[in-house]
Amino acid sequence: MLPCTGRIEESLLLRAFENGADGVMVIGCLEGDCHYVSGNIRARERVKRVYAILDQIKIGPERIRMYNLSAGEGAKFAAFASEFVEKIMALGPSPINVVRGKVTEQAPEEEAL
Amino acid sequence: MITGTPKPIEEILEMVEPYTNIIVAGCHGCVTVCRVGGQKEVEVLSSTLRLARESGGRKIEINELSLERQCDPEYVETLRPLLGDHEAILSIACGAGIQFLAEKFGKTPILPGINTGFLGVTERQGEWSERCQGCGDCVLHLTGGICPVTRCAKQLFHGPCGGSTAGVCEVAANVPCGWQMIIDRLKALDQMDNYLKLKPYKGWDVSRDGGPRRIVREDMI
Repeated sequence: MLPCTGRIEESLLLRAFENGADGVMVIGCLEGDCHYVSGNIRARERVKRVYAILDQIKIGPERIRMYNLSAGEGAKFAAFASEFVEKIMALGPSPINVVRGKVTEQAPEEEAL
Repeated sequence: MITGTPKPIEEILEMVEPYTNIIVAGCHGCVTVCRVGGQKEVEVLSSTLRLARESGGRKIEINELSLERQCDPEYVETLRPLLGDHEAILSIACGAGIQFLAEKFGKTPILPGINTGFLGVTERQGEWSERCQGCGDCVLHLTGGICPVTRCAKQLFHGPCGGSTAGVCEVAANVPCGWQMIIDRLKALDQMDNYLKLKPYKGWDVSRDGGPRRIVREDMI
């Protein structure tokens, strides 16, 4: 968990794929609402650059996406997360994981509060 | 600063294809400032190469590091103890740094990860433009601080040519006429008399026409 998406470097996003992620979603505050003025705008540009890199090396650009929402939009967060997970599940494991012979393990269901 | 642009990843992958254990070496100098060859770019390039290679079924080990400057021997020498453990060095410094590594480490292949550009300035984040060609005989004091060698496409020394229209060079619509800029600036400085002081010819022997150049400062040796 990072306090601001402005801290996210491209290398951090790429490392997630190296560490076996099939997809990475970056969730920042609503544009115009950044506590640090432009952290989420910087993150958007960095995600774009990683998107281009993933396209170039055929990992698949659709495996990374940035969403924006406020901290009070829990239902929206859940909807975005479900949407992204469904998309990644449909894409299947990343080429890295295919080579490693490892299919992404299903995340355990979270216990209801 | 010395500017540059990243080489296409396909080109770099082709270069490193024979190797399975390399160093990716950045530089904390100019290329860090123009965001093409610093530590951050080392990390991004290294991750990119590892992902591309592993997904293609042939992993590559990468030692990620950056030198203070790749154009000074004391920093370059810090790489020497690492040479035996690596098959090649992919440098993302400028062409001077890349060549200096090649010169110092004769038995290790040195690969260029960027295309070196020009001596220029930062217009704004992400945009740089050329200012100096290192011609070896500066005339900026006579030309209002605007270089005719760099800013005039023909490197003229005697005012604008017929390709200058309404302050724009015929080379491209977004290229201002260097000489129009010089004249406008001289007028603003009330220094139009400088226009007549220019040398009758420029000695290009102190520029690239004299071959690779060397500066020897006896007072510093």
